[in-house]
Amino acid sequence: MKVVFEYTHGMTREDSIYCPGCTHGIAHRLIMEALEEMQLLSETIGISPVGCSILAHRYMNVDMCEASHGRAPAIATGIKRVQPDCTVFTYQGDGDLASIGTGEIIHAAHRGEKFTTFFINNAIYGMTGGQMAPTTLIGQKTTTTPEGRSELLCGKPLRMAEMIATIEGAVFVERVSLDSPSSIFKAKKVIKKAIQIQQQKLGFGFVEILSTCPTNWGMAPIDAMAWLRTNMIPYFPLGNLKSPGETDASKSVKGRRNK
Amino acid sequence: MNEKVLMKGNEAFAEAAIRNDCKYYFGYPITPQNEIPEYMARELPKAGGVFVQAESELAAIHMAYGAAAAGGRVLISSSSPGIALMQEGFSFLCSAEMPCVIINVSRGGPGIGTILPGQADYYQATKGGGNGDYHLIVLAPASIQESIMLIGKAFELTDSYRNPVMILVDGMIGQMMEPVTMPARHSGTRVEKPWALTGTKGQRTHNVVKSVYLKAEELEAWNWHLLKKYDQIKTNEVRYETQDLENASIIFVAYGTTSRIVKEAMAMLADEGIKTGLIRPISLWPYPYEAFTEIPSSVTSVICVELSQGQMIDDVKIGLNGKLPVSYLGRFGGSVISAEEVVNEAKKRLGMI
Repeated sequence: MKVVFEYTHGMTREDSIYCPGCTHGIAHRLIMEALEEMQLLSETIGISPVGCSILAHRYMNVDMCEASHGRAPAIATGIKRVQPDCTVFTYQGDGDLASIGTGEIIHAAHRGEKFTTFFINNAIYGMTGGQMAPTTLIGQKTTTTPEGRSELLCGKPLRMAEMIATIEGAVFVERVSLDSPSSIFKAKKVIKKAIQIQQQKLGFGFVEILSTCPTNWGMAPIDAMAWLRTNMIPYFPLGNLKSPGETDASKSVKGRRNK
Repeated sequence: MNEKVLMKGNEAFAEAAIRNDCKYYFGYPITPQNEIPEYMARELPKAGGVFVQAESELAAIHMAYGAAAAGGRVLISSSSPGIALMQEGFSFLCSAEMPCVIINVSRGGPGIGTILPGQADYYQATKGGGNGDYHLIVLAPASIQESIMLIGKAFELTDSYRNPVMILVDGMIGQMMEPVTMPARHSGTRVEKPWALTGTKGQRTHNVVKSVYLKAEELEAWNWHLLKKYDQIKTNEVRYETQDLENASIIFVAYGTTSRIVKEAMAMLADEGIKTGLIRPISLWPYPYEAFTEIPSSVTSVICVELSQGQMIDDVKIGLNGKLPVSYLGRFGGSVISAEEVVNEAKKRLGMI
């Protein structure tokens, strides 16, 4: 019998602790499927952050290192320097990457570290129970902005992808979304491209993945998808912000596949 | 190169690490240890290693964590306020059992304090500083030659126990020059690292380096594992030196730079016919409490000499267990005690002045 679909070997069979409707599961699977399709699972090292995805190392079936809050890019730097031929990625949320870990992510990009960061932006702290993140939208209610985020008190949300794109060492920067099946397929293509660029050792790669948090947003999963579309995408526009030359990229990827 | 050469402390530390096959160094500039990263930037790549200047001490220790997790032989260094920033990482390294050698060329504090030498990081080094139940193995050399020897030992210990090891010196030892003999370059006593993150290569299930245990029973079991290891280290890795304990009337307790000043004072006292002895802890954790059982009955009091407001004295009291009176003698804030001050304190304790 011909197998037309099977569970990716990139994920373990462990039940996740994620809430129903959470998009972490989708993001995990896209990354791990991409690595599997590129035959890289046995050559990959991932770094999981502090936040809801602190247990990503249980679900992602590759060598994994857990990081302290915000420090994943520094840890990835150390790992990649010792294992330069492995594919190395960090998986970080918005509190981890855009707040406590800004120093580490900016300077990993600045050094042009040859790893890839997958940045899960759901505009809120999930694991700690729904506090304001640097990416929380103006007016968005969280447990630390009970009247909605005020620009006067908290400033405007940080656009990390745009910030990273200004850094010379970052060679690939793109923002994608998980709000619909078509955007999920698009996201996977971008994830694959980011990994291909890492294999060419051109510099730092960054994929921002707009995600939902139905539990802390206080919404049903489908409503959360619609909220993301209506509110987040206008402020965090989707698309590629930076990419190395297409021709060179496709050449080198083909070379690797033929090995 | 086994001939005697004149070397500055910090440069000798870096060269000693390279001779012991250290391949990865992550650092951030801070005085009085800048010659370590500068030497590593120049010499480590020539030895086939990697030098990275981190954006902060916080990043440096986490780069070290990553490099250790990936199986690398890692050195980091800093000085007091920078070491304070690294404490978060120390706790993680201990829990995840990542091998790493750390050099603290300590200075006067608190706060920015001064770049002049100090021994006020004793609590920070030996009693934690980071969160949770953990211990660094802490070694305190008193000369550049001894530092070279202990750096070699530190790489051996960190690999065999899978626990970070700190070399605690002060700015005096880091900045001064002494004639030293370097060991030949060697690959060290290497251990297998089946836990390292290398990619599974399709040969094994995935490795995970972590310190998170959400369930109480899992975390308690992990703490039991660590506690048993710490007990083993306490049994096997106590290091100290004693000098002239026999027939002494006073015993000094001092480590590092201070122990050298005390030795000078002891010679001055001996010239006046006053017999004194020294206990010099070399391992500050595990602390050599058993050294205090060697104190003879001739001793009437103990003086703890340190360049702090009195931190090691707590361990001296534990070691003495109430058997003898102990007094503190020290300078701090970048000031260094003189042999004359030590002589006077001994005479006071003996009722001679």
